[in-house]
Amino acid sequence: MGRRAKNKQAPPTPLPGTLEKKGPSRRQLSKTRKLQRAQDSKKRAPEPESDEESQPQPKKVKAAAKAQPKQNGKKTSSDKVEDSWDNLPIASDDEDDELDDDEFPMGSDMDSDEMEDDEEEIEEGDDAPDNDGVFPQVDNDFLGGSGSEAEEEQSLDEDDDEEEGSDEDDIAEFAGLDERKSRKLEARKAREAADAEAELKESAMQTNIGEDGGDFDMLEDEEDQADISQINLRIKEVVNILGNFKELRDPAKSRQDYLDRLLKDISTYYGYSDFLAEKLFNLFAPAEAIEFFEANEVPRPVTIRTNTLRTRRRDLAQALINRGVNLEPIGKWTKVGLQVFESQVPIGATPEYLAGHYMLQAASSFLPVMALAPQEHERVLDMASAPGGKTTHIAALLKNTGMVFANDFNKDRLKSLSANIHRLGVKNAVVCNYDGREFPKVIGGFDRVLLDAPCSGTGVISKDPGVKVNKTEKDFIDIPHLQKQLVLCAIDSVDANSKTGGYIVYSTCSVTVDENEAVVNYALRKRPNVKLVSTGIEFGREGFTRYRGKTFHPSLDLTRRYYPHMHNMDGFYVAKFKKFSNKIPKQTGDNVDEDVDQDADEAGPATFMEDEDSTILKAELRD
Amino acid sequence: MRPLTEEETKTLFEKLAKYIGSNIKHLIDRSDETYCFRLHKDRVYYVSESIMRKAVSVGRDQLGSLGVCFGKMTKTGKFRLHITALDYLAQYAKHKMWVKPNGEMPFLYGNHVVKAHLGRVTEDTPEHQGVIVLNMSDVPLGFGVTARSTSDSRKLQPTDIVAFHQADIGEYLREEDTLF
Repeated sequence: MGRRAKNKQAPPTPLPGTLEKKGPSRRQLSKTRKLQRAQDSKKRAPEPESDEESQPQPKKVKAAAKAQPKQNGKKTSSDKVEDSWDNLPIASDDEDDELDDDEFPMGSDMDSDEMEDDEEEIEEGDDAPDNDGVFPQVDNDFLGGSGSEAEEEQSLDEDDDEEEGSDEDDIAEFAGLDERKSRKLEARKAREAADAEAELKESAMQTNIGEDGGDFDMLEDEEDQADISQINLRIKEVVNILGNFKELRDPAKSRQDYLDRLLKDISTYYGYSDFLAEKLFNLFAPAEAIEFFEANEVPRPVTIRTNTLRTRRRDLAQALINRGVNLEPIGKWTKVGLQVFESQVPIGATPEYLAGHYMLQAASSFLPVMALAPQEHERVLDMASAPGGKTTHIAALLKNTGMVFANDFNKDRLKSLSANIHRLGVKNAVVCNYDGREFPKVIGGFDRVLLDAPCSGTGVISKDPGVKVNKTEKDFIDIPHLQKQLVLCAIDSVDANSKTGGYIVYSTCSVTVDENEAVVNYALRKRPNVKLVSTGIEFGREGFTRYRGKTFHPSLDLTRRYYPHMHNMDGFYVAKFKKFSNKIPKQTGDNVDEDVDQDADEAGPATFMEDEDSTILKAELRD
Repeated sequence: MRPLTEEETKTLFEKLAKYIGSNIKHLIDRSDETYCFRLHKDRVYYVSESIMRKAVSVGRDQLGSLGVCFGKMTKTGKFRLHITALDYLAQYAKHKMWVKPNGEMPFLYGNHVVKAHLGRVTEDTPEHQGVIVLNMSDVPLGFGVTARSTSDSRKLQPTDIVAFHQADIGEYLREEDTLF
């Protein structure tokens, strides 16, 4: 029970902890993402091997143990001699690595390599990739500033002894330091990483004799790891600086310089296109943005929705537990959701699933239907319905009375939509295949309309990482354009005179403002016969009323945003409209330039309507 | 979408009668609402009249499904029941067969019901009678045709077939492309 409670959906841990804890695995993940290499398995194989094999050799273990505490400092060659190592060349090899970091010319390295080759042949494979890898690593100058490298490296050597041991409070130290010193810090970190790697390499040399090829791969990957971890560190530092800009900044750098650096690192580290990284970053404060990007790397919990047409949640939970499924109610906000922690059987093929007792559905997908709150005997339209999760949820709330129009634009998805509708025992549905923009010409006068609009999917990146790179600037013009057309059609399809309804819910699984607030604001402007009302969901962050110089209608704070890092569900947006008149007032001008004026004009009538409809609002809240 | 011809109605009802017998009348004369059968793209749908009237406004090419699909008319003029009709069949079925938990998955993979998996069966079920197959907790899994009468099946070997498979809910996954 305790473990389950722990697994419950909770807000993710604060940023620094998360980053540090997840450090290595994250590094590996993003590395594979970034590089798209098949070497992954290859790389993993030699690592544990070397660990295991090193154990039977007491000498090696001792050496490793001794070397560990010295990781943060520089190792002197005298240390090496003590370490019962009798081949000095290896010590000198270590020295070489440090030189690499300090950016000595390549030539001297090669010389020492050749010397070693005479004595120990295996090293040949080890050192070659080293030289390639380390250089670009240090070239990554902090904030892209250009300084004379030779000078830097010299001062590094001089200061080295003083700085030893003060590594723990890197960041604190960092605060007061000037640009040159910060660069030094970076360089030293690189060197430390290289030191650690040199250790590893040595052990590999000792144990994997004759496996040159394997060593080669592993070391090359090691390089990238070091590189990636550096970027991670740098991201943390810059976020820290931005959080306390006045005190921690380097006076020579502007805020924009820091932001540019951070954005570049984010797109490298998390694998986003520069454009999308900036777009998403701008939604949050820097620290929260990193949380958001981190949350996108972690899968959301598997959730199912009980089909109340067929069974009750308690019965379903019992049946699934008997099949070896570990589950728990999602939270207090839903009476039909269950979260699956682990399962011995495929959750999408149990007899209960086939019998339509539940639907595999993300927790966020419950929200628009809950906001829509369909009442029995109503006629409801789901404009973009495939694969039918929300449609069947609506039908369940209608208790198979009234009727549901399930529309989808994609003919191929109609099959899975019909299959789900039949499997879940929905008997009042009509499935059709129109472009949503053809409503209400096809049929109108609905009591409620759900528009879960097609979107860029920036809220579900953890599900579909392809979004990170395949969305371009053009998508963020085209998609909102379609959404604006759809939302107007949705509004026009509703009958304002409906006794119980007259509501429209607009939702997307995207977090960008262009697809959410901007679209809703557009709808309010174009259709003064609708207004926003509360979604009736008690949690979620309020929608933006102003964003980067744009001002939206003040009632947009009634809409709700959901984020992966805050609510542990997909990024989502829900807005609920109430239509109070079927007349579309004539617009004086459709010009986009008039945005601001119209917003100001609308504030008056909107508040007036609020009074008029307060009874309706209250009634809805009771529901 | 059009009403069924007399001939089509006859083949449909003959097929339904194999499973629900005289209970067909409950499908047609309902106390709550008027229901009707409609043919659309070879599929037969069972739908309330109010929904049917609204669905008329959807074009023929755009209409995917309405109400509950019972099955399809084959090109040779026969009627083939689909698993989607299971809800109504199970509700009005005359003869039922329960399978043990270890027989659930084999049946859901499209196999016949063997004697070893037979948990319970309605008394007096004749041979070649349409039966609804349920699991022990009364969840309908599909339907089939008995291979032996209830009394004959007592003497069978554990591996002998007691009911031939006709349709099962596993088809929602296996046959999704051809079902609709």
